[in-house]
Amino acid sequence: MADHVHLEYVVEGDNFVSAGSATESVKACLKGMGVKPEDVRRVAISMYEGEINMVIHANGGKATADIYMDKVVITLADTGKGIADIELAMKPGYSTATDDVRSLGFGAGMGLPNMKKYADECLIESTVGVGTKVTLVTKFSA
Amino acid sequence: MTVQALAEMLSAKIINNADFTRQVATGYAGDLLSFVMGKAPADSAWFTVMTNINICAVAHLADVAVIVLCEDSEPMPGVTDRAKEQGINIISTSLDIFSAIKKVLNEGQI
Ligand SMILES: Nc1ncnc2c1ncn2[C@@H]1O[C@H](COP(=O)(O)OP(=O)(O)OP(=O)(O)O)[C@@H](O)[C@H]1O
Ligand SMILES: [Mg+2]
Repeated sequence: MADHVHLEYVVEGDNFVSAGSATESVKACLKGMGVKPEDVRRVAISMYEGEINMVIHANGGKATADIYMDKVVITLADTGKGIADIELAMKPGYSTATDDVRSLGFGAGMGLPNMKKYADECLIESTVGVGTKVTLVTKFSA
Repeated sequence: MTVQALAEMLSAKIINNADFTRQVATGYAGDLLSFVMGKAPADSAWFTVMTNINICAVAHLADVAVIVLCEDSEPMPGVTDRAKEQGINIISTSLDIFSAIKKVLNEGQI
């Protein structure tokens, strides 16, 4: 048996009908593996925020999930416009979302704060004009 | 209280009955999806007027027990089918969000 489960998804930009499907799939997988509901929920919330950010802000990207016995590592990598000031972007309420996207309920500027709140480790690497990579580590509770 | 009891209390229309025996532990009100994601507790009734397809992903991923569409809001196309696929309870009431919550609290149910 492999030492861990590796999953990969392509996340389509600006598609709000498919948005969330990578996270739905990871959630189903974790649930099937018997991970505790509270832990599944924390992973789902933080991954969804990263997935939807790629849909809205980065014209899509790639998501991966590596599930180990004691933790899951999620990455969300895009080749979008990047984030100039990560510290500012992390501030609750900061958002560059357009009016169109706001009319769908996005743009509270709470996505990155939610990731930080729900993941045990949240690393954001970004270069303007090159892209953004978010890495989320969630340890399963005992 | 069950979703069934909540639907009756609010004289709500059934949009999707995935499992109305599910227990509603608490509630959350709001339309901005990241607030809901970050703050709605598991097994809550989510009171909103937001009706686009993204409410399904949010409710499902945050383990919301039932979406309560207020002000007679009609779900947008695709929402009901998605709710069926994902097993999400959705009801719709003519009450505004404040009145709906007031009713639930007055009847001492949450
Ligand atoms: N993958 C990304 N590529 C480029 N910019 C991003 C990316 N993710 C976030 N940002 C920037 O960081 C800001 C804050 O992100 P955050 O997720 O907190 O809020 P939001 O997406 O604007 O609104 P919400 O998540 O509450 O719906 C965004 O408005 C955007 O400017
Ligand atoms: Mg966001």
